[in-house]
Amino acid sequence: MNADAAALTVDQVHVWRGDRHVLRALSFGVDAGQLLHIWGPNGTGKTTLLRVVCGLLRPEQGQVAWGGRPIERIRSEYQAAMAYASHEAALKGDLTALENLRYAVGLKRRVRDDELRATLERTGIGAGADLPARVLSAGQRRRVAMARVLAMRAAVWLLDEPFTNLDVGGSALMSRMLEEHVDQGGLALVVAHHELELNRPIRRLELSA
Amino acid sequence: MWTWFYRLASPPHVYRTAAALTPWFYAVAAVLIGYGLVDGLVFAPRDYQQGDAFRIIYVHAPSAWLSLFAYTTMAVAGAIALIWRIKVGYAVAAAAAPIGASFTLSALVTGSLWGRPMWGTYWAWDPRLTSELILLFLYFGVISLRQAFEDPARGDRAAALLGVVGVVNVPIVHFSVTWWNSLHQGGTVMRLGKPEMPGSMLWPLLAMLAGFMFFFGAVLCMRVRGEVLNRERQSTWVREAVKS
Amino acid sequence: MNVGAFRAMRLILHRELSLSFRRPDQLLQPLVFFLIVTTLFPLALSPEMSLLRDMAPGVLWVAALLSSLLSIDALFKGDADDGTLEQLALSGQSLSVIVIAKTIAHWLVSGAALVVMSPLVATALGIPVDAFATMMFSLALGTLTLSWLGAIGAGLTVGLRRGSVLLSLIVLPLAMPLLIFGASATDRAIGGESPAGALYFLASLCVFTSSLAPLAASAALRITLE
Repeated sequence: MNADAAALTVDQVHVWRGDRHVLRALSFGVDAGQLLHIWGPNGTGKTTLLRVVCGLLRPEQGQVAWGGRPIERIRSEYQAAMAYASHEAALKGDLTALENLRYAVGLKRRVRDDELRATLERTGIGAGADLPARVLSAGQRRRVAMARVLAMRAAVWLLDEPFTNLDVGGSALMSRMLEEHVDQGGLALVVAHHELELNRPIRRLELSA
Repeated sequence: MWTWFYRLASPPHVYRTAAALTPWFYAVAAVLIGYGLVDGLVFAPRDYQQGDAFRIIYVHAPSAWLSLFAYTTMAVAGAIALIWRIKVGYAVAAAAAPIGASFTLSALVTGSLWGRPMWGTYWAWDPRLTSELILLFLYFGVISLRQAFEDPARGDRAAALLGVVGVVNVPIVHFSVTWWNSLHQGGTVMRLGKPEMPGSMLWPLLAMLAGFMFFFGAVLCMRVRGEVLNRERQSTWVREAVKS
Repeated sequence: MNVGAFRAMRLILHRELSLSFRRPDQLLQPLVFFLIVTTLFPLALSPEMSLLRDMAPGVLWVAALLSSLLSIDALFKGDADDGTLEQLALSGQSLSVIVIAKTIAHWLVSGAALVVMSPLVATALGIPVDAFATMMFSLALGTLTLSWLGAIGAGLTVGLRRGSVLLSLIVLPLAMPLLIFGASATDRAIGGESPAGALYFLASLCVFTSSLAPLAASAALRITLE
């Protein structure tokens, strides 16, 4: 993890979805080494906010900046340093877990298969590395997605409901992963509708209707 | 300087300007078309080859010209909206599309009617008619694409992009169709040929052309106002305007 | 950036081809469709070889066009459905790189396969062997151009209900010039004349489309991904 220690800032962001003013004048900042827990009832724009921060959705007004620079200008650099996990595991069913990782992580950095296997071991799905993703259970697919996030070695983690489908062991693992990430100077935005059990200070952002 | 332009292109400003322009455009269009029709249909001399049948050119040629002009307007407005994020461009593009499609249909129908006395059939794969037909398909594609999206903002953007892609293709289509037609010249030359045009024939044609342009402008202004109202219906200025 | 554009393209190409070959039945479908459509014409018209030969360029090209269109729908749809399209878009690679790699992979398994199969179909339609070279070359250029146009259409319509019908409606009018040039080249070759003019136009159309389509398709994907 490089110690560029760039901070993410969201500045006066407005987003409309059709007629609904989903995000209104939203402003906040997340520094390196910080974790932001985004929570709120359904339909308040948590996923929308995450997609804006990713750079997938351009806000009507306002901007997102990383290290002081607007992400539209530094799109490639920013996205290369980011790992996004949506609430679906986003794996290709016909590819094995290992291949899924290879093609996803390989676009961000050169990585060898044995390192990817080790990462899959770490998230408890080492045995399934050579199985096609479609035979894996929901919890196993989530573990593969976790391995993908880990293997990317990204500075910015944007996770949408990362604890979905995880058993007790898996949830504990996810929590430890997040703790390590912020300890190493990374920053994370986590959307979750439940409490996060981390041994670290957590900032909270509540979105309301 | 840009702020001046953005203010010019702001929805309320466009709404008011379009309202002011509409009656003038209609008036000029009426005068020009009135003169053009009277002079072209009644006073212009008969063509020695085609007789009176050629007179349909006074509706056919302006229709065809406007069908292309409307598509270009739609594409340019869409491009401005996409590149500089000037949202009123989407309203103009959405407004122009059905008008352009109607002109295309008019060109096809009048072309077909013209063909009857010329070739004896209502349709022949004449290069201009074929190009117009393909243009109609392009219009249909843009209009359908816009409608297919649940989120109208995304529909606008997708339709704008397709409009730009289409406008690049229009000259290519025209060229390829002309080339194709020239390869297959049978014994009879099946083209909607323009007759030799002395001044007395040409002036009414130019008047019709200009008149159609102003007519397009007038109808466009009206439709743009409707589109702008629809898109901005949540904003305060619309609520004020509707109240008054 | 750690991973350059060419390396990324190779990786994505590898991914696409691996995925395609794991579903061999889906790979064959457009090819079988090509054969079936070609068979429809002698059945509908006449088995007279001389008549078929006259119609052959048109029949061949329309069949190739429709077969290519069938599979273009799947260019982005699979990835959009399982969420991996977003992952690709957020990989830090430019969308153009992704589009280029995917489209070329698609062409390799559809258009190029059609070109390889075309002598078979051509024989069935009475096209003489000396016209084969022109026919195959023109089909290669034409199907590649169509893949580019299809990428734009697919980018615009992925995620729409009944998107595949709309895709065909959008792409076919744009494809009419290439149909004209390609069929004409084949026709001239059959007649023993030089197809050079038509081939030049087809080639320039292909180059033009290849250079602009990735940008247009990327823009389309960006709209879709919101």
